[in-house]
Amino acid sequence: MSTQTAEVVEKTREPLFSKKNRKLITDPLGDSNPITVQVLGICSALAITVQLQQAVIMSASVLFVLMGGNVVVSLLRNMIPDRIRIIVQLVIVASLVIIVDQILKAYQPDISEKLSVFVGLIITNCILMGRIEAFALGNKPGPTVMDAIGNGLGYAWILLAVAVVRELLGSGAISLPGMGQVKLLPASWFTLEGGFYENNNLMILPPMALVLVGMIIWIQRSRNKALIEEN
Amino acid sequence: MALDKNSTSYTLTFSVVMVVVVGAALAFTALALKDRQDANAADKKMMDILSAIGVDATRENAGELFGQYVKSRIALDIQGQAVAEENGALDLRNAADPFNIDVMKDYRASIKTVAKEKAGDVAGLKQSLASEDLRFPLYICEKDGAQIAVVPVVGSGLWGPIWGYVALASDFQTIYGTQFDHKSETPGLGAEIKESFFTDKFKVGKKINLASPTLFEVVKGGAPTTEYSVDGITGGTITSKGVGEMMNRTLGIYATYFQSQLSTQASR
Repeated sequence: MSTQTAEVVEKTREPLFSKKNRKLITDPLGDSNPITVQVLGICSALAITVQLQQAVIMSASVLFVLMGGNVVVSLLRNMIPDRIRIIVQLVIVASLVIIVDQILKAYQPDISEKLSVFVGLIITNCILMGRIEAFALGNKPGPTVMDAIGNGLGYAWILLAVAVVRELLGSGAISLPGMGQVKLLPASWFTLEGGFYENNNLMILPPMALVLVGMIIWIQRSRNKALIEEN
Repeated sequence: MALDKNSTSYTLTFSVVMVVVVGAALAFTALALKDRQDANAADKKMMDILSAIGVDATRENAGELFGQYVKSRIALDIQGQAVAEENGALDLRNAADPFNIDVMKDYRASIKTVAKEKAGDVAGLKQSLASEDLRFPLYICEKDGAQIAVVPVVGSGLWGPIWGYVALASDFQTIYGTQFDHKSETPGLGAEIKESFFTDKFKVGKKINLASPTLFEVVKGGAPTTEYSVDGITGGTITSKGVGEMMNRTLGIYATYFQSQLSTQASR
């Protein structure tokens, strides 16, 4: 009996960076990645990875909304009436998304223009509602933040990886917010100027993003056979 | 007394409080950022206008260069009569300033449907829209001692709106430069209208024909062109047609004004 009580006390005082909590961050980066394993939030990953700067801003926006939404829901988890909890979650996520959109329009107008509707579509990104419903609603703010950071970064690294490849091969350039697009190849190399090099236009089109995400999924599953579904 | 979380009154109270809090937060954000967003939109517009007359501006120096090159801002009615003119500094809050006319909004609200019905028939278009209080902005610029008129154009591409600015030299016929942009045309195909290889085609002595109902044409890729037409983009046929349509329709409305200006110039 006494050992049981001690265990319970220990559980409530679990340190923030315990092994279990660290896994909340590391898991979504690899074996439970929201994009490649759960295949959530894939439409934005396909649509805005033409340039790296858009992918950076999009990842930051998703990370912000994910953290904000998860923390607010986690804090309110004992107050939210069960019957309207989905609506409450949706309202919280939607307002955060609108705030992000407004801030981008004010401080990053050019990138905001390129992201166009996809910032608004963060609302329908399944990663958000998924994490809130599955995790934030039943956990304290501490672990919830970890979970949000983990999933946000898991989403971000796929986006950034795809964007780097697409921009590099599709435009021969790399761009970062505040820096603009930097051409990596001299203009005289391009066939238009009489050179030998031609950008791969296929990379700019959305299907190539799908192929690239597919390749990441392929590599991941061939390295970890446990991820392969049986049917 | 413990609250019953499943009671209707608790649910209702919770929703009301939530809506008030969220509403207040959003209203605050929107108001706090509005001035900055409006300034950004105005900067972008100035950059586009300057780009049509061949001046490269950045967001930082757009306001300064705009004041330097754009001498007056004129508003025309649908019949091509000048109804307002501003020469002073820009005031984004002054709705009467021709700079603040939202041509995209006017196009969506009233011009778009009529333009489809009256394809290519500018006189019919003017007649159908005569009852509406539409205003069309015109920017008179001065660069290297010569006068350039800049006309904003708005139309439809394949997937969404396209827009741009057409700059005309002092004879109101020779095209000095163009600038086009789009919302969601296909990359590599229709989206190419904003690239310089396409906009440069307008600069080589192309003209608009003030005397003809078809002022200007964008023809199918490879077809022979005259001085009143340019070659469209292969694979971007509908977007290219949209560019031709919006130039034709909009410049048709301005043509009356241009002709009256030319005749006053001639009689002097």
